[in-house]
Amino acid sequence: MTANRLIALLLGIGTASMVGADGGDAAIERSEQVVRESFAGATPEEWKARLAQDRTQAMCSRYHNAPSTDVAASIVAEALGSIRYPEDGKLLGDWKEGEKLASIGTGGHIGKLQPDPPDRKRGGNCYACHTLAVEEVAAGNLGPSLTHYGKLRGNAPETVKYVYEKIYNAQAYLPCSLMPRFGHNGWLTPKEIADAVAFLLDPESPVNQ
Amino acid sequence: MKRPGTRAARRWTAALAAGASLILAVAAMAQDDRTLREIQKYRQMLQEGNPAELSEARGEELWATPRGPAKATLEQCDLGLGPGKLEGAYAQLPRYFADTGKVQDAESRLVTCMTTLQGLSYADATRGWYKANSDLEFLVTYVAGKSRGAKIEVPATRPEEADMLAVGEALFFRRSGPLDFSCATCHSQEGRRIRLQEVPDFLTSAGARSSMTQWPAYRVSQGAVWTLERRLIDCIRQMRWPEPQYLSDAVVALEVYLQNRASGGVMEAPGIKR
Repeated sequence: MTANRLIALLLGIGTASMVGADGGDAAIERSEQVVRESFAGATPEEWKARLAQDRTQAMCSRYHNAPSTDVAASIVAEALGSIRYPEDGKLLGDWKEGEKLASIGTGGHIGKLQPDPPDRKRGGNCYACHTLAVEEVAAGNLGPSLTHYGKLRGNAPETVKYVYEKIYNAQAYLPCSLMPRFGHNGWLTPKEIADAVAFLLDPESPVNQ
Repeated sequence: MKRPGTRAARRWTAALAAGASLILAVAAMAQDDRTLREIQKYRQMLQEGNPAELSEARGEELWATPRGPAKATLEQCDLGLGPGKLEGAYAQLPRYFADTGKVQDAESRLVTCMTTLQGLSYADATRGWYKANSDLEFLVTYVAGKSRGAKIEVPATRPEEADMLAVGEALFFRRSGPLDFSCATCHSQEGRRIRLQEVPDFLTSAGARSSMTQWPAYRVSQGAVWTLERRLIDCIRQMRWPEPQYLSDAVVALEVYLQNRASGGVMEAPGIKR
């Protein structure tokens, strides 16, 4: 047993019981130490952008994506406050651009083994997890099917706003959602998110055929 | 178990041809389950002529070849069951080793043997670990093959192992990076796929066993055998994290967590993967 664990055990029984049944504070402290050692090759910028956790990530990790009511509420509040909109105010963009983004799964890989060129286009890779247009059979199922999303729900302003916000920061509506916070994390721009919204809601989009 | 290389190669060529026709078939397919059935059939065909057999044979040779400044073989290497005792050893790794004071997996332990018994430098021992046909690929495949039919048994009961198990679990759920990914993002629900690729649910023992009994595995898309470390480091790369160092505690801790959950599963490695 490491000194850290021993001290945590002696002092931390009370707090450990707050963080779930799976080891709690001591295990997390130990694992963060292992992360620092094992990823010692990461540059300070890589560390900041890729390994350091914001509060939401840390909470969802600690509670295995099942946060308590209080924690969940704080994650939702923070997520709602994080959302930014396109400068022109248009939340419904170009479905054809959105369709391209839905298929692109590359971009943003770093390291020595198989890095992407830094300027490589990043997509939303929606098809990795969602069924969208019926004719695309190679669709994953980690997330729900979104086929006929707009056909079923219409594209009233409140629907458009909800879909935009969901893609920008999914945790505004589902704390610890497995879906990436595409806008909040700067992976997609507000304009690109508006295009993805159109892919889901535009009556002309293949999603709604 | 040892089969003539040419026979394996012939079967491999036939399997490749079958693979090409499968790709055409997949393109025309409209139904997921039908596609998955075809992939399953393809795997079965390959299993009869797994190119990993060639790596296994090369590993067997390397194991018994005097190498390094000490001109020693690896035949006295202790993988946890005693010097030279290979049968079933892989299935009980990672485990704690008193001589190094560390919890080690097959790969880090082999490197320990290559440096201590043969006198090789760390750089020489690990050369090209991420590429096809590295010494470690061959050795790991050979050693893993010696556990075919053995049950995975990683109870992680020693304090050092229990510590790594707790670390592994925390890492499995650790979200970070621009896509908020952790292992659990893709591997905590049953019956899920990324595109058409099935992703095992490591929270169930059936899911963990289905995967862990197969590694190291020949990866058709890579044309190479990948070790478990190679596989895990690539998962982490795909999560858009930086790469952890090879043989580092983060990787070994994840292995402890996964092997612990897969315990009871019967080893079939080397397997065949996409």
